[in-house]
Amino acid sequence: MMFVPGNSPKMINNAEIYGADTLMFDVEDSIAISQKDAARMMVKYALKYLPFNCETAVRVNHVTQTPFGMDDLKAILPSKPDLIRLPKTESVDEVRLVTNLIEKVETKEGFPEGSINIICAIESVRGLYEARAIAKEKRVVAIALGGEDFIADLRTQRTAHGIELYYARSQILMAARDANIQAMDTVFADVYNLEGFRKEVTDSKDMGFDGKSVIHPLQIGIVHEIYTPTEQQITHSVKVLASYKDAIANNRGVITVDGKMIDGPIVVRAERIVAQAKAAGVWIQEEFNHEE
Amino acid sequence: MKNKAGREFPIHIDGLKSYRPYAGLFIEPSTPVRMAGKLLCVGKPGSNKILNSLTEAIEATCLHDGMTISFHHHFRNGDYIIQLVMTAIAAKGIQDITIATSSLNDCHDFLIDYIENGTVTALETSGLRGKLGAYLTKNPSKLKRPVIIRSHGGRARAIEAGDLKIDVAFMGVPTCDRFGNATGQIGKSACGALGYAMLDSRFAEQVVLVTDNLIDGYVFPYSIPQTDVNYIVPVEAIGDPAGIASGILRITKNPIQLILAEVAAKAIEHSGYFKNGYSLQLGGGGASLAVGRFIREKMLKQQIKGGFGVGGMTGVFAKMLEEGLFEICYDTQTFDTTAIQSLRENPRHVEMSASFYANPWSPGPIINALDIGILGATEVDLDFNVNVITNSNGLLMGASGGHSDIAAAAKLSIIVMPLIRGRLPMVRDRVQNIVTPGESIDVVVTDRGIAINPRRDDLIENLRNRGLNIMTIEELQGLAHKLIGKPQEIPLSQEEKDIVAVIEYRDGTLLDIIRKPL
Amino acid sequence: MQTIKKIATVGFEETNDALVTVSPQKAGQGITVELISTVKRQYGEHLELIIIDAVKQADYTDVHVEVRDRGAWDYALHARIVTALSRGAEQ
Repeated sequence: MMFVPGNSPKMINNAEIYGADTLMFDVEDSIAISQKDAARMMVKYALKYLPFNCETAVRVNHVTQTPFGMDDLKAILPSKPDLIRLPKTESVDEVRLVTNLIEKVETKEGFPEGSINIICAIESVRGLYEARAIAKEKRVVAIALGGEDFIADLRTQRTAHGIELYYARSQILMAARDANIQAMDTVFADVYNLEGFRKEVTDSKDMGFDGKSVIHPLQIGIVHEIYTPTEQQITHSVKVLASYKDAIANNRGVITVDGKMIDGPIVVRAERIVAQAKAAGVWIQEEFNHEE
Repeated sequence: MKNKAGREFPIHIDGLKSYRPYAGLFIEPSTPVRMAGKLLCVGKPGSNKILNSLTEAIEATCLHDGMTISFHHHFRNGDYIIQLVMTAIAAKGIQDITIATSSLNDCHDFLIDYIENGTVTALETSGLRGKLGAYLTKNPSKLKRPVIIRSHGGRARAIEAGDLKIDVAFMGVPTCDRFGNATGQIGKSACGALGYAMLDSRFAEQVVLVTDNLIDGYVFPYSIPQTDVNYIVPVEAIGDPAGIASGILRITKNPIQLILAEVAAKAIEHSGYFKNGYSLQLGGGGASLAVGRFIREKMLKQQIKGGFGVGGMTGVFAKMLEEGLFEICYDTQTFDTTAIQSLRENPRHVEMSASFYANPWSPGPIINALDIGILGATEVDLDFNVNVITNSNGLLMGASGGHSDIAAAAKLSIIVMPLIRGRLPMVRDRVQNIVTPGESIDVVVTDRGIAINPRRDDLIENLRNRGLNIMTIEELQGLAHKLIGKPQEIPLSQEEKDIVAVIEYRDGTLLDIIRKPL
Repeated sequence: MQTIKKIATVGFEETNDALVTVSPQKAGQGITVELISTVKRQYGEHLELIIIDAVKQADYTDVHVEVRDRGAWDYALHARIVTALSRGAEQ
């Protein structure tokens, strides 16, 4: 998910070139107060007139803590972004305010129900405590960690090893999985420190996060690379699925692949890997040659 | 009269030879042409070529009104030579000079004054930029005849065929011995290869070397032999080292350039040409260098070793040569300090003249063996014609360079450019001006999609299903128009006096005319 | 149909953007446009239409629109104009 400053038409024009899965147009923290109205209109018309093939999201201002949020939504929802990102979410009430407005706009504009969904950013301790309930709200399809603000709330600073965010990341992941939705990791601000970025993305993927917010095109390739299963993983998964399919068809009880027993969770993981690989554009030769 | 590229021009243009129209990529000359040469003269033993000043050189060469003089552009934007020479020429009241240089840069904007006062009345060059380019676009009649734009290979041909007769060549050289043997590889103003200078020195009627490092010893190896040299003038500085050679060239961080480069590298990888022993030409610009980086990674990963590298040489190539990724590199112009050092120290980094590089009228310039060439563009059109010399407003701001040479000779020529610059689509119905005809262009890589010349079924087949966003050139244009609309054509003057320049193809035929925008 | 009450400016003179200034005119003068653009030769007529259209769509009249354009795409120009009018309409 790549951040695009909502008041910069030059960046908006080129945004889709870089291959991000989701473009997140920002009218919140990257926009000065005197420019909030300008950014709002820019994003409204960009979404209305530009043909985006990727997923689009808009980060609006906080709906109750600022005077801008509701105006942002009223202007931008009719342009049908796929997602609204709510910053600093701290209660289900905020979310419901937004959900109501979305439903009204969908009806009024004749959009199919469920056209516009919500991703909630957890950026404070209070928000983290409410994360489980927030994640279960309807329309909320993902929750994300907003690291910079969270660290400020904790009164500490960023480190290379990331211990300061360890708890928050874990909790957000738990909340997301409990609600059966996606979890997105926070941005990495040191753009040209590609090695540091690589480590952070690997760690958060290993923890279980579904994706990462990026602020620069240079970061996109690395995220895709780390989230694309390796050739080895893909080959193994295809084998697992083939054996599983074969075992079911021939009513065999115990299934082994490469000398290891496979059961439910392993098959599920294999399915997920194949799905991820396909989504990443890897061509999979699904020939179910049986090897024992 | 209309030529094969569909461009029209008058049968005769005042002040210029009668041109044959462009008729294709490798056409034989209509009548046999013999190599031109300079008058032979007797050199007396004990004679001293060293003069005290450029003024003395002007007197010694009997430089007078109406003559053609030449320079090279190895010092790029750090050149002092043209200014030094022109100052001396003007001080003697000499007028009506034709400057036939290999190219011009922004630092040569002062030529406007010499054109205004009649010292310079004609130009032949590969490129025009900056204020000078703008001035000539708006005031074509300030020169007595239109500018002649030639590619590097085309200029070599013109000189060797006698189309371009140089009376005096003023060649800046970083190091020179007292006999006139010169090299660009050492000296405080080192510039590396002297590919253009080598050529002019061999064919100009008289040659004056201008150096800021005249040594007592012997220059060896030399790029210019003493047998080509009439006079030597030592000066304080021939150029600004910072402008002559860039320091370590950093690969661009511009995300668009990187995307372009990555896609181009991927296209190369699957083109069918990326295999052991392949040859490669890279330009000197941002995207080109980045392509070099991505190609190098692929070569290392797939254990592919290249044959030769060629072109203007940069540290990117020098590094690959050093790593053994290429067997040899041919260098006609060296861009940065890393490459200059490589030329000096690596025996497999070889200097060549512009003629060896790209002269179409020779049994075989090195580019005739080239597999892959990466090129830039200001614009491309639906016939794959390429413009590199004017922008969409018809303003002179670029150079022909080796573009049309490489495109014609390379088995795979790839254009790399953004689809939209600002709010202008770079795929036009017709380019403002053609420098390289579409029949020599194979692939156009943009940041929003790739188009393959329909002539290349093999490439269309090889690049299919590789995750490359391939479409027709019309679709690519359509994409741009969908985002920013179709631009109006800008009106150009059709009067003959408003012809700014003629663009010669490599073989000396007329490819296109640059007219003054209204 | 509305009119603006004061002069208002939005945008930046940067690549792909436009600096838009709207100022109120006497009643009956309608919509007037002054366009300075880096792509005037290629898109001048088109941009003037976009500007007038944007003002009409926003339902304003009797306004003078000065645009210093540096290659803004249509949607961006439209956005700047709407924002400028909105600012101009505030007390």
